[in-house]
Amino acid sequence: MYIRDTIAAVSTAPGNGGIGIIRVSGDQAAMVGNTIFKPVYDGGLVSHRFSFGAVIDAQTGEKVDEAMAVYMKAPRSYTREDVLELQCHGGWVVVERVLSVVLSCGVRLADPGEFTRRAFLNGRIDLVQAEAVMDIIASKSEAALQLAQKQSEGILSKRLEDVRLCLLHALALVEAYIDFPDDDLGDTDTTAILSSVGEARRIVADLLLTFEEGRIIREGISVLIVGKPNAGKSSLLNRLLNENRAIVTHIPGTTRDIIEETISFDGLSVRLLDTAGIRQTDDIVEREGISRALDKISQADLVLAVFDASRTFGPEDQMILDEVADSRVIAVLNKTDLPQLLVLPDEGRFVSTVRIAALSGEGIDLLKQTVCKAFLHSTATDSREYVALSKARHRDALVSAEQSLTKFTGGLRDRNLELLALDLRDALQAVGSVTGQTATDEVLDLIFSSFCIGK
Amino acid sequence: MMTYDQIYDVIVVGAGHAGCEAALAAARMGCRTMLLTINLDAIALMSCNPSIGGLAKGHLVKEIDALGGEMAKNIDATGIQFRILNMKKGPAVRASRAQADKQLYRLRMKKVLEGQENLDLKQGEVTELYLENGELRGVELKSGIRFLSKTVVVTTGTFMRGLIHIGLNNYPGGRAGDQPSIGLSDQLRTLGFNVGRLKTGTPARLDARSIDFSKLETQYGDDPPQPFSFSSDRISMPQIPCHIAYTNQRSHDIIRSGLDRSPLYSGIIEGIGPRYCPSIEDKVVRFPEKDRHQTFIEPEGLDTIEVYPSGMSTSLPIDIQIAFYRSIVGLERVEIMRPAYAIEYDYVDPIQLHNSLETKLIKNLYHAGQINGTSGYEEAAGQGLVAGINAALRVKGRDPLVLQRSEAYIGVMIDDLVTLGTKEPYRMFTSRAEYRLLLREDNADLRLRDMGYQLGLVTESEYAIFTDKRRMITEELDRIATTRLVHSPHQLDVLASRGLADIQKGTTLEHLLKRPDITYSDLAELDTVSRETPAVICEQVEIQTKYKGYIDRQLEQVEQAKKMETTRIPENIDYASVKSLTTEVREKLSKNRPDSLGQASRIPGVTPAAISILAIALKSVSWKGTEE
Repeated sequence: MYIRDTIAAVSTAPGNGGIGIIRVSGDQAAMVGNTIFKPVYDGGLVSHRFSFGAVIDAQTGEKVDEAMAVYMKAPRSYTREDVLELQCHGGWVVVERVLSVVLSCGVRLADPGEFTRRAFLNGRIDLVQAEAVMDIIASKSEAALQLAQKQSEGILSKRLEDVRLCLLHALALVEAYIDFPDDDLGDTDTTAILSSVGEARRIVADLLLTFEEGRIIREGISVLIVGKPNAGKSSLLNRLLNENRAIVTHIPGTTRDIIEETISFDGLSVRLLDTAGIRQTDDIVEREGISRALDKISQADLVLAVFDASRTFGPEDQMILDEVADSRVIAVLNKTDLPQLLVLPDEGRFVSTVRIAALSGEGIDLLKQTVCKAFLHSTATDSREYVALSKARHRDALVSAEQSLTKFTGGLRDRNLELLALDLRDALQAVGSVTGQTATDEVLDLIFSSFCIGK
Repeated sequence: MMTYDQIYDVIVVGAGHAGCEAALAAARMGCRTMLLTINLDAIALMSCNPSIGGLAKGHLVKEIDALGGEMAKNIDATGIQFRILNMKKGPAVRASRAQADKQLYRLRMKKVLEGQENLDLKQGEVTELYLENGELRGVELKSGIRFLSKTVVVTTGTFMRGLIHIGLNNYPGGRAGDQPSIGLSDQLRTLGFNVGRLKTGTPARLDARSIDFSKLETQYGDDPPQPFSFSSDRISMPQIPCHIAYTNQRSHDIIRSGLDRSPLYSGIIEGIGPRYCPSIEDKVVRFPEKDRHQTFIEPEGLDTIEVYPSGMSTSLPIDIQIAFYRSIVGLERVEIMRPAYAIEYDYVDPIQLHNSLETKLIKNLYHAGQINGTSGYEEAAGQGLVAGINAALRVKGRDPLVLQRSEAYIGVMIDDLVTLGTKEPYRMFTSRAEYRLLLREDNADLRLRDMGYQLGLVTESEYAIFTDKRRMITEELDRIATTRLVHSPHQLDVLASRGLADIQKGTTLEHLLKRPDITYSDLAELDTVSRETPAVICEQVEIQTKYKGYIDRQLEQVEQAKKMETTRIPENIDYASVKSLTTEVREKLSKNRPDSLGQASRIPGVTPAAISILAIALKSVSWKGTEE
């Protein structure tokens, strides 16, 4: 239910960025601005004009922060309601403080995505756009942001439109043979029908393939670092993070719990998990750490199995290989600066093998690239036309379209045309449920422009 | 102006295919009814092709019959060739079609009207609706008489400001040989109706004696001919064939040579013609790659030499007409008896109607047929029936009959018209029906007979036949669901002879019938009861069993859509007060003023987002509260 009260929230992602933006939407936006914002050049808030000034705590009269304010009068705003945006310094404390001052004017804290929901309900953006914007809000990295923006610009809609046109064309052919039996149309042109449906299926299949990738871009991947003690797991983590986060000593078993950090590899959001070294041990605390590490293996999108290349392959290495047998694994051969003694059995089972020297940083960039490549078609993400499905709803719709089309193709030889038409219509409707379009008139248009009808 | 001393319940203006059904329905429902026509000798005249039915149109005729209309019975009594189209395709898209003896058709309908209680027939031209203080009170005629009535159904066909074109010559006419109706559409425009212009055309009528039929293909009807009406037992008229001929490159050259004198291509005709029924010059221009176009030479009756070359309508000048018809093999010496012509006429934007066919502007005024932008006898008759029923229901103070898109092609048609309007003459196609598998010819009675009976349009004896049939279908469906193969020596023999020896003992007949390679007549070989089942019951049982999966799927879709379809939008809703709608959507809704949420969702440009906003606005008291 849409209640038209005034809402406010921080609209920049927490914890990063030089500025923080607090957005207020609703009829009381101007009142909030006039109450808590004191412009340097007095003259009140003018719609769509930035002004510089201070955010004041209305209760105490105290200055909270310097800020830029912009007031956007409805309907020329993101939500099509009156909107006030306050841009202040980005530190979390400051942003929180400004928000609490805003809320003290009697407006409500917005629910997650509520601005976008209002924009959608007010007809400012369509459903596909709204969902893409929701993703922008939740996106964790640049690639996700780009994907979300492209979708927002309608590339997905365009692809789906291509699918729709193919299906409309096929349907028009089918319908023409149903509705005009006395019109000398010749035999049903199955070749043309199949070619249109085939093209539609190809695009749908392509889009479906991107779904997993879309999820990866949006949600990021988890990468688990495993290895025997002192193989250099923590050094590797530090290299990847460019900081001394994990304790690095030469005493095996130093990392006893799981260390988790999120970083970005070329725009791919990666959650790195460093674990306790895996070995047989009697130390209870260490054993607990190892058991936690082993639990994590099955949950990780990717495992970096770190081996000490300066030592020969041993039973602890074998133990690790056994544990990761069911995972996607990149073998990381560390300490390439030392004499190389390691021979890994069955290297072909790994996604890739990368040689590094964690201490000097050699091979680290290659490793990052290898990780990205394991999940993204490297060229695809650069292309302007690239689009990935990122919503389960869209995926479901396309899966259902795909099923209908499979049924259609399978039945083309021995089922009646009107039953085939039903499958095509189901597929069209599934695609239409994403883009919000229907078909009847377009089918008739196509029939009349493709066939000479009329007896 | 003299005022006639009687007040009618329903006055129907126009006695074409819409007007006849409207008048009969109203009179049969017990209303004092008058049918007014410009020419009493032209009642139910087939102004264009001498045939009834075809794809989707046959469906309409069966629905009209199930509801208690007259069209099916009329064609059964006067049809001279019957065919079921698409026999090789599935039951949903099979359709009946018949050639009519055009004169017998009209005379038989006139006789039915004349024999109808409560119904007066009068000749005269209505020039104006008679209103008092904006309220409809009756009609006024050119002859200076005023007839009073509670409701009026306007079915003017091609008559309002009709303009006939033959080449660059044109003259006013409602149809070749008849006067146009002048004045009425001007008044409607003044009253606020959007009056537009459409065009249609008809081919020449040819002298059969001048055609060499030995050079043409012959097309016979089905034997035995299958009647349209659920109340007809059989067809007793003599049956005769049609013939098929083709144009050729020379015909096309002749047509091209006359295009400079075509009223269509020289811009004289403003009205929009139907794309599915183009003139021959249109076909030649738009499809230059086609080296021939087919024509069915259809008889106009048993006792006439006039024949109708279908698909060969034209508005080209008469000299081109003669030359081009004569270029067709078999027609080298053909004589034209009546020239082909195009006709432009006024229609009224159907989005100004409720789905009861009552106008939104003038209460108690109903429009049906070509005035609503449709084309075709069957489309007209379907609307006429609904308009007549609803005028009668209004007189009786009852709720209107609104057929849903899931119930009838008539419902699809009316919903399309009142929701989307139309830019060209609207014709029914099966592809317009999203629930096509439910809306079959074979089950029109199962869908609509109850309604027809409750309205008082289906007689007791007709209804008794129907309820018997329905009961037998149910019983037979139950029986085959519970009857199992016992693998008697006879059954094993039959199964083996069909390569079905692997079918297990205990399999139900229903299960067996679901197999694509088994028909109901195969069941008859396996068990004695099936052998006794009447053909109409076999047909239903077979269709309902074989297509059960698909039918259930569509029924589920109907159920899903029901909520939207049944959510009414108040007539007085102020779309400007629903703030969140985009200006574009608001304008569309304000213009269309849909009756239900389902209808609103079908207006192009009304987005799913707008529908959810509207749904919220309709439900939410708090929303309305904050808006005011």
